[in-house]
Amino acid sequence: MSNKKKLVMIGNGMAGVRAIEEILKANPDMFDITIFGAEKYPNYNRIMLSPVLAGDTTIEDIILNDEQWYADNDITLHMGKRIKEIQRGYRKVIAEDGTEAKYDTLIIATGSNPFIIPIPGHDKQGVMAFRDIDDCDTMVEAAKKYKKAAVIGGGLLGLEAAKGLMHLGMQATVIHDQATLMNMQLDTPAGEMLRTSLESQGMAFKTSTLTTAVVGDERVTGLTFKDGTSLDCDLLVMAVGIRPNMALAKDCGLFCNRGIVVNDYMQSVTDPSVYSVGECAEHRGIAYGLVAPLFEQAKTLAYMITGQGLKTYQGSVVSTKLKISGVDVFSAGDFMGTPGADIIELMDKVGGVYKKIILEDDKIKGVVMFGDTADGPTFFQWMQDGKDISEQRSTMLFSASGLGDAGHSGEDLASAMSDDTVVCGCNGVTKKDVVDSIVKGGLTTRKEITACTKAAGSCGGCAGLVDQILASTLGTAFVESEHDPICNCTEMNHEQVKEQIKAKKLTMVREVMSVLGWKGEGCHVCRPALNYYITMTWPEDSEEDRTSRVVNEKMHANIQKDGTFSVIPRIYGGETTPDDLIRIATVAKKYNVPTVKITGGQRIDLLGVKKEDLTAMWKDLDMPSGYAYGKSLRTVKTCVGSKWCRFGTQDSTALGIHLEKQLERIWFPAKVKLGVSGCPRNCAEATIKDIGIVGVEGGWEISTGGNGGVHVVATELLCLVETAEEVEAICKAYLQHYRETGRHNERCAPWQQRVGLESIKTAVVDDLANRQALIERLKVYLDTQDQDPWAERVADAEKQQQIFTEYTPIDIPVVEV
Amino acid sequence: MSEANKNWIKVCTLDEIPPSQARTVKAGDTIIAVFRLTDNRVKAVENRCPHKQGPLAEGIISGDDILCPLHNWRIHLDDGKVAAPDEGCVKTYPVKVEDGQVLLSLD
Ligand code: SRM
Ligand SMILES: Cc1cc2nc3c(=O)[nH]c(=O)nc-3n(C[C@H](O)[C@H](O)[C@H](O)COP(=O)(O)OP(=O)(O)OC[C@H]3O[C@@H](n4cnc5c(N)ncnc54)[C@H](O)[C@@H]3O)c2cc1C
Ligand code: SF4
Ligand code: FES
Repeated sequence: MSNKKKLVMIGNGMAGVRAIEEILKANPDMFDITIFGAEKYPNYNRIMLSPVLAGDTTIEDIILNDEQWYADNDITLHMGKRIKEIQRGYRKVIAEDGTEAKYDTLIIATGSNPFIIPIPGHDKQGVMAFRDIDDCDTMVEAAKKYKKAAVIGGGLLGLEAAKGLMHLGMQATVIHDQATLMNMQLDTPAGEMLRTSLESQGMAFKTSTLTTAVVGDERVTGLTFKDGTSLDCDLLVMAVGIRPNMALAKDCGLFCNRGIVVNDYMQSVTDPSVYSVGECAEHRGIAYGLVAPLFEQAKTLAYMITGQGLKTYQGSVVSTKLKISGVDVFSAGDFMGTPGADIIELMDKVGGVYKKIILEDDKIKGVVMFGDTADGPTFFQWMQDGKDISEQRSTMLFSASGLGDAGHSGEDLASAMSDDTVVCGCNGVTKKDVVDSIVKGGLTTRKEITACTKAAGSCGGCAGLVDQILASTLGTAFVESEHDPICNCTEMNHEQVKEQIKAKKLTMVREVMSVLGWKGEGCHVCRPALNYYITMTWPEDSEEDRTSRVVNEKMHANIQKDGTFSVIPRIYGGETTPDDLIRIATVAKKYNVPTVKITGGQRIDLLGVKKEDLTAMWKDLDMPSGYAYGKSLRTVKTCVGSKWCRFGTQDSTALGIHLEKQLERIWFPAKVKLGVSGCPRNCAEATIKDIGIVGVEGGWEISTGGNGGVHVVATELLCLVETAEEVEAICKAYLQHYRETGRHNERCAPWQQRVGLESIKTAVVDDLANRQALIERLKVYLDTQDQDPWAERVADAEKQQQIFTEYTPIDIPVVEV
Repeated sequence: MSEANKNWIKVCTLDEIPPSQARTVKAGDTIIAVFRLTDNRVKAVENRCPHKQGPLAEGIISGDDILCPLHNWRIHLDDGKVAAPDEGCVKTYPVKVEDGQVLLSLD
């Protein structure tokens, strides 16, 4: 028997299975997984039941994970088995047919139950809800025999059900207790326009009407209403809301309120071995009924359960779209607006377009759109970002993209969207994700994009937008500026030059320039780049050219505005000793250093040093060079970590010092900074470094591609490892991969954006042989870098070698004539 | 003044200037950068960039030009003129190599 932990899930629906997918993505081998589902189908896209009913798609097409998927992932699936009891004491669940399963961790993802209003006659035949495939089948069968359908509930679900029944050939009347349809999402004008539009499609309405009873013998034959009127019908669908399905949880003593109460990690507040996601869970007082927040919850749960660290779910803002073809409705946030609110509106009754935006301090608080909803996702994004729209307010209702096209301005809209605009709200897929899948993944159809990113995979509302992005991206894929030459001295770009250096085994800067037809003797842009490329490609055979180095790298010190230099010795990991401090202080005094400063990189900068004092100072200091001048490892910033800190889970200082020693003499395309924090409080600010390492319980989280400089970029998670040795291996492999594929002067952050995190993961994390090969190549290079540059200069000076005479000026007497 | 009656001062041997690099020569309050070009010709200019006094001796030599180490202005060593689009001029000094000796004139 395997000794993996047992994970059992009750409920085989959208939120639960998404959580399992995320868990498998993070760690496919961590659990033995068993799933119980009351329905006799594998996980399907419940959202798409309306289009199925309306004939726009089929059941086969909405299966999300077929049985083969469960088999492929070694998941034990019990379809059609309803769990009747959870025994927390024994950590097991029992199904109605007696099947049992023991768990170490339990996920309850039982969704919700449709609410049936308990009016007299509600239990007659022909009265039903709209929730699952069986309900769909029932409606299809009923439509063959009966003609008159009634739907109670004029919300999203009720309208979609009515539309579906009409498609099946029935007359449909929607009874709604409020005056406005979809009153939870729409204001009165939008509700009116929606009603007009649906009426023109043949849907009938009875609004502001309360139903008092269902009449009929065995089967429903009609309804009576509070106003004394009645309606004939032979099928009644109740779509008046849902109730979280929490009976099992309640019975076993888990704290429940509206739903199963969970903390920010989606963990039951009563029992940490039990988690809950989906419509059955109540988070910060809210039980959601749309998939987008549920998928976010699923991600958080997976992150927690697989021990990746502490990521919390903070609740969601939701937006709604109605899936009835020919009717475009979008709503998000506070769509009514408090009295006196700042509102901008556009109403075109004839054209059937209505847009309203509720503002507060020039920030979007709510959106309602009817007819033209193309900008809905953009506005929703602006709302979530808290974007100041004062500049857009006069034009945004005509089109957020500002192109003066109030229609579905197609491609233009797609190309005008910002990278982080969420295209698919259900799955949180941004424009950039879609574009990346096209550009880097080479995808060319919506189907492929959906398979890869999940965009347009849930409600399908964004399918058009995905198509537009596809069109606009493919159209421009070939005119990228990336192919620009290195500088004016050549027509070749970085990649071409690197290729030639390798193919022709060019090992000297001047050789590269003459073989590759350089104009002139090169400049401050190309010469240092060539120097880097030859030593990176041919570490053992190339001849590095000091005259092609920029001043700082040639002098091993940073030049200052007055021509003096600064000296920054290594203080590994920012940890020093009284002796080192005394030595630095003594040297500073001896050479009259005008400024002594603690740097932002946790070490000490001696500023204003005369060129001719440099070698002597280095000798007296007798400390390694801090490389503060180079495209090399600068600092490894650390926090105190577990050695002292009461929260520390890992010894971040020790690891930081070790890494700094391992990586200190490497030259990179650009400078490299690391940060190591002992716990997720992240006092070393690791997540804005080129590599950020954060200690978590039992391991280290390695994230990469951050930058704290001109454009702040947070790192992206590369992987999670258990030991310090693995951290070292991953860092070395990542950095060597960067050395080999980065362009000179391109820092890790833009490099990672360019080549894509996924491709880096493959090269560095997943492909072990490749990882090893990268580390080997780095070692070959490091073996050629065995001397500290300051020590080397000091030795030269002592040997009276002439090579470095540039450190000494020559005094000549002024000869009077 | 003609070649012959210049006051040539011995500065150092050519070998004492590293190839394609420079050394600074201090004459009173003036600092002069003496460059050894790639083909072993020598050039000398005042070691003060017309932009913000950058020490030109620390720059990268490119042909007969020097690229200032501070903000990369390009300066022609023959005439001391700054290459477009930037503008300015730096003082040049006569300099030559004779029998391996670098000779500089302050005239
Ligand atoms: C000394 C120091 C400021 C201080 O007193 O704290 C400093 C000083 C300089 N920084 Fe910095 N940076 C210093 C920490 C930082 C940090 C903070 C950090 O490392 O944690 C950052 C942001 C983090 C980052 O790089 O992601 C930083 C972002 C920059 C940038 C912008 C880089 C970017 O990718 O956007 C530059 C410009 C560049 O590299 O082209 C820069 C360039 C410079 C230069 C080298 C400017 C120059 O070319 O002369 C300054 C040299 C002064 C000197 O001679 O010492 N410095 N600089 C810090 C040295 C740390 C050390 O111990 O080595
Ligand atoms: C017709 C329709 C249209 C919709 N349209 C949209 C839309 O456009 N956009 C949107 O965001 N959302 C929409 N929704 C809502 C969305 O489908 C739900 O929010 C989502 O499916 C909830 O996921 P869940 O996993 O929490 O629950 P479910 O998907 O309902 O899964 C729960 C599963 O648990 C099973 N189960 C329950 N109890 C037990 C038990 N004791 N033992 C074993 N199994 C059990 C149930 O049978 C069910 O299969 C729509 C819903 C419907 C019905
Ligand atoms: S921020 Fe950095 S580059 Fe700018 S002045 Fe300060 S030290 Fe210099
Ligand atoms: S000082 Fe020389 S370019 Fe600015």
